[in-house]
Amino acid sequence: MMKNCEYQQIDLEALSTPAPTPSPQPVTDNGKEEEKTAKKQRRKWEVFQGKNRFCCDGRIIMARQSGVLPLTLGLILLTSVLFFIFDCPFLVQHLTVCIPVIGGALFVFVVITLVQTSFSDPGILPRATPDEAADVEKQIDDAGNTTYRPPPRTREVLINQQAVKLKYCFTCKMFRPPRTSHCSLCDNCVERFDHHCPWVGNCVGKRNYRFFYTFIVSLSFLTAFIFGCVTTHLALRAQDGKGLVFALQESPGRYPFSQRLSSNSLNQHFIIIYIYILVICFFSVWSILGLSGFHTYLVASNLTTNEDIKGSWTGKSGAEAATNPYSHRNIFVNCCSVLCGPMPPSLIDRRGFLSAEEEAAAAAAPQATSREVELPVLASKKDINVGSKCVSEESPARPASRPRAPPTPPPADRRRGGGGERAGHNSAVNSDPARDRRPAGRGALRHTPAAAAAGDAHTHTHHNAKAQHKRTHRGARSALDGPGGTRAASPGVGRSSKDRRNAGSPPPLP
Amino acid sequence: MATEFHNLQELRHSASLVNKVFVQRDYSEGTTCKFQTKFPSELESRVERTLFEETVKTLNNFYAEAEKIGAHSYLEACVACSTAYLIFLCMETRYEKVLKKIAKYIQEQNEKVYAPRGLLITDPIDRGMRVIEISIYEDRGSSGSSSASSSTSGSTAR
Repeated sequence: MMKNCEYQQIDLEALSTPAPTPSPQPVTDNGKEEEKTAKKQRRKWEVFQGKNRFCCDGRIIMARQSGVLPLTLGLILLTSVLFFIFDCPFLVQHLTVCIPVIGGALFVFVVITLVQTSFSDPGILPRATPDEAADVEKQIDDAGNTTYRPPPRTREVLINQQAVKLKYCFTCKMFRPPRTSHCSLCDNCVERFDHHCPWVGNCVGKRNYRFFYTFIVSLSFLTAFIFGCVTTHLALRAQDGKGLVFALQESPGRYPFSQRLSSNSLNQHFIIIYIYILVICFFSVWSILGLSGFHTYLVASNLTTNEDIKGSWTGKSGAEAATNPYSHRNIFVNCCSVLCGPMPPSLIDRRGFLSAEEEAAAAAAPQATSREVELPVLASKKDINVGSKCVSEESPARPASRPRAPPTPPPADRRRGGGGERAGHNSAVNSDPARDRRPAGRGALRHTPAAAAAGDAHTHTHHNAKAQHKRTHRGARSALDGPGGTRAASPGVGRSSKDRRNAGSPPPLP
Repeated sequence: MATEFHNLQELRHSASLVNKVFVQRDYSEGTTCKFQTKFPSELESRVERTLFEETVKTLNNFYAEAEKIGAHSYLEACVACSTAYLIFLCMETRYEKVLKKIAKYIQEQNEKVYAPRGLLITDPIDRGMRVIEISIYEDRGSSGSSSASSSTSGSTAR
């Protein structure tokens, strides 16, 4: 019975399968001609649906808003260059030549890791194909939703004997894997989403967390090092004479790296530079060290900023006490798994070439597919639980996706036309974002007043004190399209409205 | 079997009729990449259960090997960290090497096992590592041509 002679063997060469490699595969009809003319062939980044910017033909990926990345870079460069010009010559003369060497190494490390954090794919999940989306919709329908206005969709899974709810992402049309969150600034689901960092102008997620962590740790070393060196420099100068003030009054016109300069003379004009470096480094040391300490704690507990803020595993949310199912219960093992794990591949394949079908679909689909307006409806408080606990043996049978008559209709039409009877349902299932903020199960969102957040000029929700953890979830108010409950889940959202307000906030970084 | 063929027959006159089955991820052990080995009911008449399960289990083993944290990954991470992760720009990581092995394995399985049965497995990496997509092809019967053009009609650019 299994060996069904009626089915023809498929000629694999005749099939056009999307391939991860850019080498063109034989496709039917005009696809072949299109593949051959390299000029017409587009790469996948050109039709990417998230709000990202790409450079160098898809090699570099950034968020659409670069945030304060230029400022971050500028401060680091400025402070370091001033340090090398004004402090290093004196210190080399009086102490050791290792100082600029160490400083230089740290500086290079900081800049490289910053650039890598900003320009790499944080772990973006590509959106579900229409077939996959339809299959998921079918499962949800089969789960027995009979209410006219369905609540937010969730699916419960058991991870290491801990119940975890997976939320459905209305933008990406899939159930988000565990620890994945949708960043509304970038309009992407990001795996192991930590936060959206305006200082680096990108999300921090699974793929670039280690770059980010290395960046902040090396930056704390660099700022501490510069601070120490400048303090030593000024102390040494003050030692030889009658004090720093006297030193200031002497020889106003000498340059700092002149050989004839007496050890206790300090050019008055350059004092402002030393003050600048000291002030920047002083504030940076405290804030960046605090940040590094916080992230070290997160790494050791195998937590993300997102989970820590939401109190997913500590019971802060008021839900039943839960333990972190991802933790290995050993600090060393946690650190290794977060920082020393294998580098996961980028799933969005931005430099891959589009196949003929993908080209056609991309051309036909309106660019604002992700921003289709779907009427928010009042959602009831209960979640519908799709498909019970997803242990491997118990998952419900999934029917095949419904075949469609027209070969390549635009996704929007396909959703409304092909699943005609569900058209009204589709618009109805997207819950009102504001409503979705309410904790339907675990994962409470704290609705502390937004005013508290306004006081924090730095826009990092994980910056320093724990008080900051409670400020994030005004984010659901931002009027972006996208999945309801998830927007509140991403700290980046709180940041988006904060960013607009605190555009001129004084940054602590050098 | 006859019933299924009858169902497919109804849709025969349509331009391209392809069913797709999606094998979802199994998160019972965390976020490591693992797919459910539960046999989808749609494939019951198309392929033997043991063959399917063996394919999925082999894929799971490949992914476990790619994501394994051991001496090799520590060494890779330490070397990478000391070079400020610039080495990732020049070197192929272990994960990527295993992904190539997986692609080769899937192609081999398609050629030997699934294509003769009218099925096609899509590499999970093309679907964001979320699902194993199995396309079910319909026998075109008298027309003699495979429904190749319909296979990816549903996919859009990612």
